Amino acid sequence: MSRVLFLEERCKGCMLCAELCPVKIISQSPRINRQGYKAVEVLEMDKCTGCASCALICPDCAIRVFRSKKGGGE
Amino acid sequence: MAPDIDSIAPTEAVADSIDLTPMPGETLVFDKPESLRSTLTHYCPGCHHGTAHRLVAELLDEMQLREKAIVIGSIGCSVFIYNYLDIDAVEAPHGRGPAAATGVKRARPDKFVFTYQGDGDLASIGMAEIMHAANRGERLSVVFVNNTVYGMTGGQMAPTTLIGQKTTTCPGGRCLEREGAPIRMAEIIASLGGVAYSARVSLDSVKNIRAAKKALRRAFEVQTEGVGFGFVELLSGCPTNWRMTPVQANNRIRTEMIPYFPLGVFKDVATLNTEGE
Repeated sequence: MSRVLFLEERCKGCMLCAELCPVKIISQSPRINRQGYKAVEVLEMDKCTGCASCALICPDCAIRVFRSKKGGGE
Repeated sequence: MAPDIDSIAPTEAVADSIDLTPMPGETLVFDKPESLRSTLTHYCPGCHHGTAHRLVAELLDEMQLREKAIVIGSIGCSVFIYNYLDIDAVEAPHGRGPAAATGVKRARPDKFVFTYQGDGDLASIGMAEIMHAANRGERLSVVFVNNTVYGMTGGQMAPTTLIGQKTTTCPGGRCLEREGAPIRMAEIIASLGGVAYSARVSLDSVKNIRAAKKALRRAFEVQTEGVGFGFVELLSGCPTNWRMTPVQANNRIRTEMIPYFPLGVFKDVATLNTEGE
């Protein structure tokens, strides 16, 4: 299982990560953060493959990626 | 000093208040580099300055240059780079980054000195400084962010603006007859004697971002090894002044910019010599 963590206060809602995500699980949330942007969110985190493409393209360093060790269980 | 960035953006504490400790059995595979401060940036959504800052910060960490690095900031959107990189900084007048960097490097040759400049700064008003610093072979690294437009001042035409591109000072589109052809800086710099490395990369996709990091590493290495002048041109987007969404801007880099500004390494002394790397 892998997961991504969005730092909502850093996100500017540019949606570059959503465009790029291979499993298309990133969408815009209705919440507006303190910068005035609608941050992104992931509703089906169990589909995340942990490829870290979203974190690499994010211009605002708003994404952290966690990957579990192989065979390490949940 | 410029007005405190914290007064217009939420402070560091907000972004840091989230718990980043991995759960049991997990590893954090992507984290913010240490040399990048957690201050929120003033850049527009989708601006590639943030990506470029991160790549530079990652390399400063990996090459352990943070304690001896001095960045020469330029005029443009990246003027606040001293707020975002946790290293020493000098602010140069418009276009004079390479001249200021020459002074810094000659006074303190043990330091790692690089400039971070945009296309209005480097290719227009600062053309003389970059050409002569490169030709003298100063032991400097230059990070050149080319987004084909003057970003901070509101989207005027730059020397790198593409033919037909509409800006506030060429509302009918840039005309080849009137304004000439866009300048290809990486090729020009590569033709100068003192240059050790010159490359053009792009920040529009994951693959290109990875290649960009490799090119930046090489441009930093030629300085740390004392070989010569290192130059990297980063093709980047300016969604606000291009009047596009960030996703459209990335597509424009792919479909319009890269065909005119070909990616690649135009000079590398390592491959010119008999042995390569």
